[in-house]
Amino acid sequence: MAKVTLTVNGRTVSGECEERTLLVHFIRDKLGLTGTHVGCDTTQCGACVIHMDGKSVKSCSILAVQASGSSVTTIEGLSSQRELHPVQAAFKEHHGLQCGFCTPGMVMTAVDMINRHGGKLDEATVRHELEGNICRCTGYHNIVKAVLSANAEMQAGRQAAE
Amino acid sequence: MGVEGIGARVTRKEDKRFLTGKGRYTDDMSVPGMKHAFFVRSPHAHARIRSIDVSAAKAMPGVIDVLDGKQLQADGIGNLICGWMIHSKDGSPMKMGAWRPLAHEVVRYVGDAVAIVVADSSAEARDAAEAVVVDYEELPAVTESLVALEAGAPQLHPEAPGNLIFDWQIGDPDATDQAIASAAHVTEIEIHNNRLSPNPMEPRATLGIYDTGDDHYTCYTTSQNPHVARLVMSAFYNVAPENKLRVIAPDVGGGFGSKIYIYPEEIVCLWASRKTGVPVKWVSDRTEAFLTDAHGRDHVSKVKMAFDADHRIIGLKVDTIANLGAYMSLFSSCVPTYLYATLLSGQYAIPAIHANVRTVYTNTVPVDAYRGAGRPEATYLLERTMETAARELGLSPAELRRKNFIRSFPHQTPVIMNYDAGDYEASLDAAMEAVDWKGFSARRAEAETRGKKRGIGMSCYIEACGLAPSAAVGSLGAGVGLWESAEVRVNAVGTIEVLTGSHSHGQGHETTFAQVVADRLGVSIDSVNIVHGDTDKVQMGMGTYGSRSGAVGMSAVVKALDKVEAKAKKIAAHLMEADESDIVIENGELKVAGTDKTVPWFQVALAAYTAHNLPSGMEPGLKETAFYDPANFTFPAGCYIAEVEIDPETGKTEIIQFVAADDFGNIINPLIVEGQVHGGLAQGIGQALLEDVKYDRETGQLLTASYMDYAMPRADDLPFFKLSHQNTPCPGNPLGVKGCGEAGAIGSPPALMNAITDAIGDNSLTMPATPMKVWQALQTAH
Amino acid sequence: MYATGYHRASSVEEAVKLKGQHDEGRYLSGGMTLIATMKQRLAAPTDLVDLRHIADLHGISVDGRNVRIGAATPHAEVAGSSALRAICPAICDLAGKIGDPHVRHMGTIGGSIANNDPAADYPAAMLGLGATIITDRRWLSADDFFAGLFETALEEGEMVTGVTFEAPEKAGYAKFANPASRYALAGVFVARRADGVRVAVAGAGADGVFRHSGMEEALAASWSPDAVAGAAVDARDMLTDMHANGEYRANLVKVMAKRAVIAAG
Repeated sequence: MAKVTLTVNGRTVSGECEERTLLVHFIRDKLGLTGTHVGCDTTQCGACVIHMDGKSVKSCSILAVQASGSSVTTIEGLSSQRELHPVQAAFKEHHGLQCGFCTPGMVMTAVDMINRHGGKLDEATVRHELEGNICRCTGYHNIVKAVLSANAEMQAGRQAAE
Repeated sequence: MGVEGIGARVTRKEDKRFLTGKGRYTDDMSVPGMKHAFFVRSPHAHARIRSIDVSAAKAMPGVIDVLDGKQLQADGIGNLICGWMIHSKDGSPMKMGAWRPLAHEVVRYVGDAVAIVVADSSAEARDAAEAVVVDYEELPAVTESLVALEAGAPQLHPEAPGNLIFDWQIGDPDATDQAIASAAHVTEIEIHNNRLSPNPMEPRATLGIYDTGDDHYTCYTTSQNPHVARLVMSAFYNVAPENKLRVIAPDVGGGFGSKIYIYPEEIVCLWASRKTGVPVKWVSDRTEAFLTDAHGRDHVSKVKMAFDADHRIIGLKVDTIANLGAYMSLFSSCVPTYLYATLLSGQYAIPAIHANVRTVYTNTVPVDAYRGAGRPEATYLLERTMETAARELGLSPAELRRKNFIRSFPHQTPVIMNYDAGDYEASLDAAMEAVDWKGFSARRAEAETRGKKRGIGMSCYIEACGLAPSAAVGSLGAGVGLWESAEVRVNAVGTIEVLTGSHSHGQGHETTFAQVVADRLGVSIDSVNIVHGDTDKVQMGMGTYGSRSGAVGMSAVVKALDKVEAKAKKIAAHLMEADESDIVIENGELKVAGTDKTVPWFQVALAAYTAHNLPSGMEPGLKETAFYDPANFTFPAGCYIAEVEIDPETGKTEIIQFVAADDFGNIINPLIVEGQVHGGLAQGIGQALLEDVKYDRETGQLLTASYMDYAMPRADDLPFFKLSHQNTPCPGNPLGVKGCGEAGAIGSPPALMNAITDAIGDNSLTMPATPMKVWQALQTAH
Repeated sequence: MYATGYHRASSVEEAVKLKGQHDEGRYLSGGMTLIATMKQRLAAPTDLVDLRHIADLHGISVDGRNVRIGAATPHAEVAGSSALRAICPAICDLAGKIGDPHVRHMGTIGGSIANNDPAADYPAAMLGLGATIITDRRWLSADDFFAGLFETALEEGEMVTGVTFEAPEKAGYAKFANPASRYALAGVFVARRADGVRVAVAGAGADGVFRHSGMEEALAASWSPDAVAGAAVDARDMLTDMHANGEYRANLVKVMAKRAVIAAG
C-alpha cells in the first residue's frame, strides 16, 4: 500500500491505496468524485480527462502514486456548483451533450484547449484537438460549436478585462 | 407554442448535473459492504467444458466466493430467451438453443461467461479469475453466416441442425418472380451489411443487492427498459418474483439498442448477491463490451430489382442471410424480419416484393438491435440498388427515385406496412437544393485539377418507428405489448411529476416531456419533474428504443394530461360556479371563456387535495394514469446527400458536405431533434467509413476488441452537418410526432457509399470504405 | 493490472540504483504506453521506477543548431518549443501529432524511443535526424539504437537520459494514421543535411522503424517530391496486419515520403 497526497479542487487530500490503483479510481472510489469516468481501457476515449498541475491528462493512464504531490482539478472543481464555467454554459447552450458520459472529459479537454490556444481556435483545430475524446451521441457537431462559442466568449471576456 | 412549450428550442434541464459531474450512473452507485465481481470468460470460440476448478481462486486474497454455472442451474436460474417467436415458412417455430447465464457444458463464443468471482476489489477479483482453472476441449468454430450454413460446418446447438434458426419469408414469391421475368431491366446486386459494435460510451454495469431481511432484490443496471428487465428476470429467469425485485436504471450513458437486452451479468450478480450475502457490483471494461455487448447488422443479401420500360419498379426479390451469433438475444429474431423486410418497399410504389430471410448461429457474440435495427439494412440494400439501377439505366439518381415515389397516402405496401403520411419529393428537393446539386459538376472538375476525385450520392430512406401497436406485433410473434404508460401527478401546490415508462439515456426526456406538460397546462418546465427508470417509482412501462419515446411515450403523457385537465376543469368550474364546458386553460390559469373569471392552476390543485370544496361525489386528488397503445407505426422519412472527395494516392475519403432533409412530423424541441440526427449520422457514417467488427475465421477470436482496432468516428472524421425539416404531421398520434432517434443511422450509409462509388467508378466496394479498400479499388480500376 | 511496486527517483543515479535492486522492474516515464500495457495485463513489472521527477531529464536546450532534449520532456513541450521550431520545425510538428493533447502532456521522448513501438513517430525522427541517443552510460547513434520491433540496444538497467542532434538544413514528416488507433500506418521523416539525406519510415516496416536507402539516394540526387516517386518500396518488407497489407503500406510510404519532402520545403 502507498500513501497518496493530492490537492484536489483546491483541497489537500490523502489516502492509502495499492500502488496499482489508477488515479481515476482514486478520485472516484476514495474521494467519491464520480464525475470523472472510465470509457475504455486503451487511453483513447477521454472520459477520464482531468487537469493535473494545470494540464489536461488521462487519469485512467496514470497511477495515483505517480500523481502524488500534484494539484488536480476534476469536473467537480471547474466551477462553483451554482454558476457554470463558460465552457459548461456553452455546452448547455449548444446542446453539446446527450447521455453525459463523455461530457466531463470533453469539458475538461475544451477548457485546456482554449487555455493553450489563447483564443486562436478554428473548426479544424478544435476537431484535431478532440482526437483523444470519443463521443458516441452527438456526432461532435454541437461539441465543436460549443467549444468555438466558449472560446469566442472567453476571448471577449479577456479583452474586456484588459 | 409558448416559450417552453411544444416546438420551443429549450436547452436541457438535465444538462447541469452532467456538466458538473453530478450525473449518477450505475458505476457511481456504492452501498455499504459492496464487493466487486469479475467474470471468468471463455477464451475459445467453441469448446466443451470438461471441468471447472475454483479451489485455487477461492484461496486468493480478498476473494469472497467463486460461483459457476452448475450452481446457478441447481438454484433454478433459467436460461436467457428470445422474446419474439418467428415461424419458418414451413410453419416450424424458430430453433432456440439454450443460453445459460453461466455456461457449464459448452461455450459458444469468445467471452461466453463461465464463472463469477466476487472479491473485495475488482483488481483482486480479476487476479483470482486468472486462477480459475477451466479444462476446455476445443471444438471447431465458425464465424461467418454463409460458412455456417455449409454442409460439414461446426454445429452450435443440437436444437438447430445446420445452424439454421429459421427460414422465413414475406411477400408474394410468385408475383415477384413473374415481375422479374417480364421486366425490361433487372438490376442485380449483392449487398453486405457490416457487423458493428454499438459502443455507448458508458460500458454496461450492474449492482445486485439482496436484502436478507426482506428477501428482496435491488438491481441497478445500465438498461434502456428497466421494467422489461424486471419482467424477464422474474418470469423467465426465476431470479425473484416481480414484487421482490426492484430494477433501477439511473443515468445511463447511451444505449443505441445494446442496453435493451437482459444479459447474463445482471442475473448472475443478483444471484451471487444472495449466495454471498454481499452486494455485488460488476462494471464492464471496453474489451468486455466488445466481447459481450450485442452486436448489430451482419447481413448478406442477394437482390433483384425489376423495372418496366418506363423505369418503374415492378418487383423486388431479396434473399438475406443474417448472422445472429452464438445465442438468440432478446429481440434478435424480429430485427432481420419484421423490422427489416417490412421496410423493403422504401419510399417507392413497388407492386410485388418477396424477401426470404435465413438466420444463422455462429460462434460470435449475439447480434440484436442496434440503432435503426433492420431498417438501416433495408435502406442500405434498397438505396444501393436504386443507385446501381440508375447508373445502369443511364438516369440521374433523383430522376429514377422521383419516378417511383409513393405520392398518395395512406399507402399499403406488399410487406405489411401501411404508410400514413409523407412527402418524399419535398425532402429530395430540399436536400438537392441544400447540397447545390446543380453545381456539383463544376466542383468535381475543380477537384480534378487538384488530383482529387469527387463523388455525390443520395439516399431516400423510410423507417417504421413508434414501436408499436401491441395487437399487431403480438400477431407477428412478439412476446410483449409495445404500449407505453404515464402517470401525471399534480402536487397540492401545482407542481407536477410525470412518471413515464420511457427511459432517457441521452434523449433529453426530462426536458421534452416537461415541454409537453408546459404546453398543455401553461406552467413552466421547471415546475415539471420527469421521473423514470425505477420500477418501484414508476408504473409498468416498456422503455426506450425504436424511436418510440415521442410517438408512444409522450402520447401516454398526453392521454394522462387529458384526464388531469378534465378533472381540473371540473374543479375550476365548481369553484367559479361556471359550466365545465366553458373552462379553458391559458397561461397557467383556468378561465371561464369570455369572462374575466379565473382561478390559478395551483389553486385548483390545492382544492383537489384539501377537498373542502369539490364537486359532489368527486374523489380528492389530482393524479391520473394512462396507457397508450399506438394504432400504427409512424413513418419518418427523408433524403440524405453526401458529397465526398477522395485522395487517390491514399484512398482516404473526406466528407465535403453532408445534407440531411428529414420529415419527423411535428417537433417538440428542434435543438434535441437536431442532436439526435447528428448522432445518428455519425454512427451511420462510422458504419460506411470506419467501423467493422472482425473475427478470425479459423479461431473465432475477436480481432477488433478495443479502440486500437475498432475505428470509432472522431471529431476530425466528420463535418458540420446541414439539416432541414420538411414535416408532415403524423396522423396516428395526438402530438403528430414520428420519431427521430434512428433516422441518421438509417439513411446515411447508402448516401456515402453511393457518393464514394460515384467518385471512384467501382460499384463493388463494401462497407466500411476504408482508405485501403478504396485505394485497392482504384488500383483495380486503372 | 497486476500488483506492482512504486519508487520515485530524484536523480539518474538513484533511478539506476533502484532499478538495479529490482530485476523485474521497469523504468516509468510518462507511462502512456507502459501503464496502458500493464492495465491489459500484458506487462507485469514487479516494480516501477518513476523518472518523471528527475529535474535533469527535463527540458530542451538549443545552442546554435545543436539540440538536446531531456528524456522526460513531454511531447507537448517539444511541439510547443519556439527555439526548436526556429531551427527544426519538423520535429515540433511530429511531436504535435503524437497521440492526443492529453497523451502529449504526459508522454515523453525518452519513453517513446526506449519502447520503440514500430508505429510510434519519434523513432523515425531520431533515425531521420541522425540523432544520438544518450543513456546513463553511453552515447549511441540512432542507427545503432533501434533494433527491430520493440527492441533497442539498451542493456539491462540502462536508461535513456536524452537525445541530441544537429538541426538539418531541411526536414519534414508526414504520416498516415490508422483510422482506429491513430498510430502511424506509415510515417516518413525526411531530412537533408550537409552530409547527405536521410529518410526514416515508421509504422510500415515488418521489422520496425527503418531507413530507406533508395529514397535517400533519389533525394540526394534531386531534392524534390517527385524524386521519391520512382523509388522502389518492396511490399514484402512491409508489415501486413488486419489494418493494412504490405502493398498498401508500401504505397503509403511513397506517398508520405513525397508529402514529407513537400512539408520540408
